[in-house]
Amino acid sequence: MSEDDDRSPPSDSIANGSCPTRTCTPGSGSGSGSSSIPEYAAPYPDRVLENVFRKRSLVLNLTSWYRVEAMTRSDLFIGNCYAVSPERATSRFTRVRSVTLKGKPRFADFNLMPPNWGAHFAPWVSATAKAYPWLEKIHLKRMSVTDDDLDLLAESFSGFKELVLVCCDGFGTSGLAAVASKCRQLKVLDLIESEVSDDEVDWIMCFPDTETCLESLIFDCVECLVDFDALERLVARSPSLKKLRLNRFVSIGQLYRLMVRAPQLTHLGTGSFSPSEDVAQGELELDYVSAFAACKSLVCLSGFREIVPDCLPAIYPVCANLTSLNFSYANISAEQLKPIISNCHKLQTFWVLDSICDEGLQAVATTCKELRELRVFPFDPREDIEGPVSEVGLQAISEGCRKLQSILYFCQRMTNAAVIAMSKNCPDLVVFRLCIMGRHRPDHVTGEPMDEGFGAIVMNCKKLTRLAVSGLLTDTAFAYIGKYGKIVRTLSVAFAGDSDMGLKYVLEGCPRLQKLEIRDSPFGDTALLSGLHHYYNMRFLWMSACRLSHQGCQQIAQALPHLVVEVIKHEDVVHMDDYADTLYMYRSLAGRRHDVPQFVSIL
Amino acid sequence: MERSMAYERDLNLKATELRLGLPGSDEPEKPSTTPSVRSNKRASPEISEESRSKGSSCVSSKVESGERDSAPPAKEQVVGWPPIRSYRKNCLRAKKNDQVDGAGMYVKVSVDGAPYLRKIDLKVYKSYPELLETLENMFKLTIGEYSEKEGYNGSDFAPTYEDKDGDWMLVGDVPWDMFISSCKRLRIMKGSEARGLSC
Repeated sequence: MSEDDDRSPPSDSIANGSCPTRTCTPGSGSGSGSSSIPEYAAPYPDRVLENVFRKRSLVLNLTSWYRVEAMTRSDLFIGNCYAVSPERATSRFTRVRSVTLKGKPRFADFNLMPPNWGAHFAPWVSATAKAYPWLEKIHLKRMSVTDDDLDLLAESFSGFKELVLVCCDGFGTSGLAAVASKCRQLKVLDLIESEVSDDEVDWIMCFPDTETCLESLIFDCVECLVDFDALERLVARSPSLKKLRLNRFVSIGQLYRLMVRAPQLTHLGTGSFSPSEDVAQGELELDYVSAFAACKSLVCLSGFREIVPDCLPAIYPVCANLTSLNFSYANISAEQLKPIISNCHKLQTFWVLDSICDEGLQAVATTCKELRELRVFPFDPREDIEGPVSEVGLQAISEGCRKLQSILYFCQRMTNAAVIAMSKNCPDLVVFRLCIMGRHRPDHVTGEPMDEGFGAIVMNCKKLTRLAVSGLLTDTAFAYIGKYGKIVRTLSVAFAGDSDMGLKYVLEGCPRLQKLEIRDSPFGDTALLSGLHHYYNMRFLWMSACRLSHQGCQQIAQALPHLVVEVIKHEDVVHMDDYADTLYMYRSLAGRRHDVPQFVSIL
Repeated sequence: MERSMAYERDLNLKATELRLGLPGSDEPEKPSTTPSVRSNKRASPEISEESRSKGSSCVSSKVESGERDSAPPAKEQVVGWPPIRSYRKNCLRAKKNDQVDGAGMYVKVSVDGAPYLRKIDLKVYKSYPELLETLENMFKLTIGEYSEKEGYNGSDFAPTYEDKDGDWMLVGDVPWDMFISSCKRLRIMKGSEARGLSC
């Protein structure tokens, strides 16, 4: 499970805190012109090298570019595919066996970016095909990948082992067929939250007839039928298979047959978890409990795409061993959850729909003492409805799950008290993402803004690096973040704040800030300019539907030549004067990119 | 601070809304979010003149529903909010269409003469008697016995509901399943209106 999983290696921090690279002039935030361009030097190259060795991966950053020697680093990690050109990267680092690339910013997932913006894999696959014929692993996130790209990949890398595509699009089953048929050493084919078009090619049939090396096959996001017999035969001839996540076109009866073939599985995505429509198949008579009981190594369970609750008891035998359970597509009630969750003593990761209500969360809190990560998604993601989970559930979780490190919680109402309680009860929190779905909703008991709650989080959770805020928030909330959020790296803001001061607090107060995404908040040019001292240390800044002007963005572009400043125009937005609807800016060695679509201006 | 207090006042009014109007004469429900008028009210001295005049042109039609001065009559969906990926939204939307009731079916309940409304989850009840008993307890009143011919006898109160077509119906006429799939809100009528129904 890596839906929006921000597990980028902490080597990002090389770019700022651990490497004192900035010598900025005080007050550089408000000025424009050459005097405010920060001097960018790398006074301590040894420290940078040390970090690189420790993290065992390569991070491209502006300061150390010319200082780092070509090393036998095998993993190339590029957090923004436009930060460097493929040619430059491949010529600089020569012994790479694994490439990780990230493309579009996260807000693109929510339709805030027009299609065809960029992040094309094509130039990367052709550059790496030439430079690294021994390449084994490619991991892409939010990139546009075509079938031709996949074909070139499959042709170019004879020892290719792992392909992981997260939140990617642009390809279809014919691309998958190319990979399946030509990558004979393939161990991992993971398609996660990606959009795969149905080219009516049966890619499962394209795997070679011989025994495969497959260890992981994840295709739960693929929205097309696969030939089940071919799948069953594939599983039967993949003795190393440990991770299998089926799509919703696989019925529970078919799941049974696969489980019987692969009792060695550790990770299972169950597909639809309901009988196929052809009832004559006698699926309900199969002994699912035994099938699950036979999977003694199963620790991670997901799927349940079209769950028939009566089938749920089949999973009882594995509950006690589960460390990860994803019910986030299963519309089950508290009553249906309780018998399952009461056995899940070892659970560390739990994703669920709010259909379980506060009562269900209380049951989780009672049993899951080892819980590290919780995500509660809304069954009905509208704004004005009565929601089934609230501050009650959050409070219960905070009291029962003291080891919590990461939470994503969608709700319709919340109180400061519950958030404050969580800040005190869960000191290990690293990720706190609260989404109160109604915009500008205050504490529903006191009517106050949610400032104090989020303030307590940044104050008390000393390990917090990722924060997403919501609800009614004044500049005070941002003052708290700026004052206490000293190690916050990722901040997500929507419909919040009163004035430029809000953004200023954050830009001036958070030295570790890497990724800042803001929408629909009243921050303007003055606030934007107050961050000049910091933008080279960030991976990116996104601001949409705020109060920026072209002129303000232009000033940034002039002051910081190594920043690419993109202003994105949306078709349906009426433009008045100089208004800049969407700003996306990022540091780059490559300068302005060559694949700019018509709706993007690079200043 | 002024703005947020004004917002709070608005909220309280909604919660204590008196409903004395006839069924169907209610105004459409206003969106619960404050129409953002920040661009007009903001006059912070530290913000430069030029960015004010430019910045206030927040007329992106995508976020019009949140940014206009006047509240739109129906809640417009804002692009990308709440932040759920389309894939997940589509999967769950399909489920909602399959099921009539989804997860929890909260409807508002008003009683003539009571100062504020309540909300109940219809999914929790399995039958009319259960529902009516709950209503009686909740509002401390007696509803009386239902009969097909005479409606509710023996009390001043009659439970009615607004159905999907916007019509006000007497509770109890249709089978329970049909009722919960079509009931949008409940109103317990009192007095002469109530007696009128049972004739």
